[in-house]
Amino acid sequence: MVISTDGLTFDFGNQTVVKSLSLQVPEGSIYGFLGPNGAGKTTTIKLLLNLLQTQQGSIQIFGKELKSNRLEILAQIGSLIEQPAIYLHLSGKENLLNRALLLQISEARVNEVLKIVHLTDAAHKKAGQYSLGMKQRLGIALALLSDPKLLILDEPTNGLDPNGIIEVRELLMKLVSEHKKTVFISSHLLAEIERMATHVGIINHGELLFQGSIHDLEAMSKPAVQIETDNTVDAANYLTRNNYTVTEITDTHIFVPYTTKQQMGNINKLLNDMGYNVYSIIKQHKDLEKLFLDITQNA
Amino acid sequence: MKGFILSFRSEFYKSRKTAGFWSAVILPLLLCLLIFAGFYSRSDKMVMEPGMMLWVQFSGAILGVMGSLLLPMLIVFIGYSVNSIEHKADTWKTLFSLPISKFAVYSAKYFYAMFLVFLCLALFVLFTVGFGNLLGTVKPGLKFHDYNMSGVLSQLYFKLFLSSLGILSIQFLLRVLFRDFLKPMGIGFVATITGVILVANQWTYDYLFPYSHPMLALSALPQHHNHAAGSNPISVDIFTREIYISLIIAAVVFVAGYFIVLKKSVK
Repeated sequence: MVISTDGLTFDFGNQTVVKSLSLQVPEGSIYGFLGPNGAGKTTTIKLLLNLLQTQQGSIQIFGKELKSNRLEILAQIGSLIEQPAIYLHLSGKENLLNRALLLQISEARVNEVLKIVHLTDAAHKKAGQYSLGMKQRLGIALALLSDPKLLILDEPTNGLDPNGIIEVRELLMKLVSEHKKTVFISSHLLAEIERMATHVGIINHGELLFQGSIHDLEAMSKPAVQIETDNTVDAANYLTRNNYTVTEITDTHIFVPYTTKQQMGNINKLLNDMGYNVYSIIKQHKDLEKLFLDITQNA
Repeated sequence: MKGFILSFRSEFYKSRKTAGFWSAVILPLLLCLLIFAGFYSRSDKMVMEPGMMLWVQFSGAILGVMGSLLLPMLIVFIGYSVNSIEHKADTWKTLFSLPISKFAVYSAKYFYAMFLVFLCLALFVLFTVGFGNLLGTVKPGLKFHDYNMSGVLSQLYFKLFLSSLGILSIQFLLRVLFRDFLKPMGIGFVATITGVILVANQWTYDYLFPYSHPMLALSALPQHHNHAAGSNPISVDIFTREIYISLIIAAVVFVAGYFIVLKKSVK
């Protein structure tokens, strides 16, 4: 595990922002850290970077205790927290050179990261004149500068247009597949990271509600057969008497867990034989977005 | 130590294009140039003066403006400028997540502000001596070359530097605490005026109030000067009680400031 926390708890005054969080971030993963705004994501990230002191529980990064190995661990982490921290009176390249000076990194590497985030042409423009997307990319460049093993990115696609989001996504996937990095990325939008994340943690009100691989999450959303009839209540009762599990009844629809195509045909025949009008019968996937909402709202 | 040096260099790199840095360079140049111009235009009235008196008048004119009002205001501005870089860019948390110890980051910033004040005062010495000698050259009637005041001036400005450290540390901390410009500026301004009034009224405990220190540091001079009006050169007693107070305040606020920065900067 690259990141492993145990019983991590953090209070601001008498408000508990993070509740006994146990994160497990495997090496080489893109770990999507999901939750609505104010769920405790940024606080968790600040704890992971030792910007906030751990009150309860422990944090291990690269298998080492964060508190006692702070500098050694931070040297291998690149981070972007909230909005990118950029000196607006300096040019994009000067921002990188300043960081390079602090981290003792060569100018060649600065030019390299400028190229990676497509800012070479705007390198000498003042960062104050950058668009939001350019600032965000410069922030990512700053995080990448030291060629860290672990990238911790807090909402890195905030304010990016669709092209920008795709660019960032491809960049991160490339970093993981070709350069063996681990990426810990927070977001309040599942759609934004479901295409790249290999692992997901869902947090709300400071509690971890789900953690596992993206396949585990997908497996939670089992397909259902959605049936539209003229009399849903009677039809549902009839299906129950015939040993079908009805999971949900609305005014217009009945839902039955999907097993096979044959099962759908059988249901259709059964209802028709009893004289119910079947207007539609379809296989339906509960999408991850809905699942995400369910998980965060039912908590 | 390496972290401190790297951070210090980075402070210079970041600030070299800001008003905070340039004010420390331009202010001495401008002020010395103005007094130079004044002396140049009135030179015929001073032909009779001995060299030492000329130097005392020339440097006294600069010190007078600088010591009481300009120096505290400059410190307020430098304290503001060094920290505002991070406030504006919201970079405190980034600085503290670098693989550099937090104390190195903080102290580099503090010492950089100190360095700017030192630079400014050192330039004052340089420009005062330079322009004085220039006056003696362009107006040979003025006997600037008869006397060398650089030693005394260096001591005097060094004393001024030490006396300003109390204010600097307080302003530095205020700027860390308040994001806006007006509060530290306003507090600094009111405190400076108070300091001037305290010294002017010769309040018994004025040496305990840091904003009085620059003026006190200079006010000791005329007595020495009168005392030494004859043949003795002007002597500067650097370590007077207000200097000790200033150093103590600087040290205490510096340490306290570190813990406040840790708490305040990251939310």
